[in-house]
Amino acid sequence: MNGLINRAIACFVRDSYGDPLWEEVTARLGIDESAFEPLMPCDPGVTARLVEAVAARFSRSSADLLEDLGTYLVAQPRSEAIRRLLRFGGVDFAEFLESLEDLPDRARLAMSELDLPAISLYMQGAGVFRVEMARADGAGLRFGPVLLGMLRAMADDYGALVVLDYRGCDATREIIEVRLLDAAFADGRGFDLASGRAAP
Amino acid sequence: MSGAAAPAMAAMLDRFCPMHVVIGPTGHVIGGGPTLTKIVAPEPMIGRRFLELFELTRPRAVQGVAALRALDGARLRLRLRSRPRYALKGQLCLLAPENAGGTGGAMVVNLAFGISVVDAVRDYGLSGADFAVTDLATEMLYLLEAKTLAMEESRRLNRRLEGARLAAQEQALTDTLTGLRNRRAFDALLAQAVQEGGTFALLHLDLDFFKQVNDTHGHAAGDLVLRVAARRMLSVVRARDVIARVGGDEFVLLLPGIDATGTVETVARRLVAALEEPVSDGTLTCRVSASIGATLSRDDPGRAPGEIMDAADRALYAAKAAGRGCHRLHVARDAAPPGGGPVPPGLQDAGDAGGGQCAGIACSAGADQKVGICQDADTGPRAGGAVDAVSGGDGVAPGEGTSTWQVAGAQGAAMRSR
Repeated sequence: MNGLINRAIACFVRDSYGDPLWEEVTARLGIDESAFEPLMPCDPGVTARLVEAVAARFSRSSADLLEDLGTYLVAQPRSEAIRRLLRFGGVDFAEFLESLEDLPDRARLAMSELDLPAISLYMQGAGVFRVEMARADGAGLRFGPVLLGMLRAMADDYGALVVLDYRGCDATREIIEVRLLDAAFADGRGFDLASGRAAP
Repeated sequence: MSGAAAPAMAAMLDRFCPMHVVIGPTGHVIGGGPTLTKIVAPEPMIGRRFLELFELTRPRAVQGVAALRALDGARLRLRLRSRPRYALKGQLCLLAPENAGGTGGAMVVNLAFGISVVDAVRDYGLSGADFAVTDLATEMLYLLEAKTLAMEESRRLNRRLEGARLAAQEQALTDTLTGLRNRRAFDALLAQAVQEGGTFALLHLDLDFFKQVNDTHGHAAGDLVLRVAARRMLSVVRARDVIARVGGDEFVLLLPGIDATGTVETVARRLVAALEEPVSDGTLTCRVSASIGATLSRDDPGRAPGEIMDAADRALYAAKAAGRGCHRLHVARDAAPPGGGPVPPGLQDAGDAGGGQCAGIACSAGADQKVGICQDADTGPRAGGAVDAVSGGDGVAPGEGTSTWQVAGAQGAAMRSR
């Protein structure tokens, strides 16, 4: 596990529920600042405890919370960089779905320590896809809901009309069904290959 | 190109090589891919001479269509003459020999942005559709953006770590009670000063009556006195002077660039005067004083740091022996004493130094001044002593003019309840 994931959770909770709540949770769990260092590895147990503690604080399920986290990561202007990196995956939502299988490799290219679970895409029929995400060994956390939230936000970003369904999980994988109803339903958000940031 | 194959071939080139140029037998452009057309626009491309449109940078000095045809298969580096900032790379392919008739002598040059793709994409608003599916331009842009982010994060991490390192280092070199340097820091600075061979003065300062404050009023009062003492000492030295707390109530000062005894004396007097100001926490008021032993690096060059410390230490003991609130300067045995004349052997109490010298220890002022003599704040000058009245202001620190310095006597030094 990488501190980057914990920091994403920290940003999400701070932005959604305020700094005092976040500080209350981390103080109660006794989690050190170093757990949120993006380039540093950290104990997966910390991530699981964080998610459980925040969810419990609002009497929500961890899955609900993680889905909101996924949406937040793509839709928040503050994490525009993540949306951009995902948009490099394809020119439309279907192509983006196909690029999901490359996602762990792409993430590793950006940050060699970042180990995302493997993702497989299966065509079920016209416009129906099954996305399978491997469950990381040992870690009790399921990240499928995060992917679900991200897919929802990315569909909006591309202006595609989709129906998403978390179909559950077994010991080795989590399954999400994607029905692409209209790839060009709305205008979506613009995407320039060149960002101001990348310019020399 | 000829026959039915030609349009199909052109369409294929447009799709697979969106930055290609087709050059006719005369060297004029007769076709171009959609992305290249977009970049050259609004200038027309068709009908222009290839070598007028492009400048070949490698190989150089290619002139005329025959020379161009000779580049069949070669790696080319070139630039659009109208857009010289984008370095292009490419390869030329001769479609048919010159004498083949029809398209004989025609060529295709396929172009690509090298590293300049980043600028071109930004400047022309190119999208994924402007590149061939097999082109890695999008991946390259993705990587660049991802790396930029990772680098930024890495820089942030480095800044945080550097901040933490500096804080830890600062902590390791700081006396936590007073905020002054600690012994470890001072040892390093002294070693460095000795190694650099510059001139400096080293003062060893010991608070007088501090033990009484501690014994009578407890450690909290003692700590307050130490903190106030530190602040006051800092206020009478220059920013580049170093003060370290090296023991309970012991301090050492390193004053770079000081090589005059008069200057050391002025500083010593200022220090003592500052430290003799009463210290109050609002309830209790207490008074301490200080004894100072000093040595100058120029006095006996080539000494090791330990020897310099020893010299200052001996001077401090001489100062202590002379009474409270005194300062003494160590001089080398073979050095001329400040008052002139030989240095007699043995340590002498400064109070009766007369000529202001003692073996190894010179009294802190010239023969015209009686210094190192203490006066009790409450009872007036001690027997045998005179009040030291010296003109200060030798440029070391903001001058304080003539100062009369007083020492709180034993009875007046301990903390008094208001």
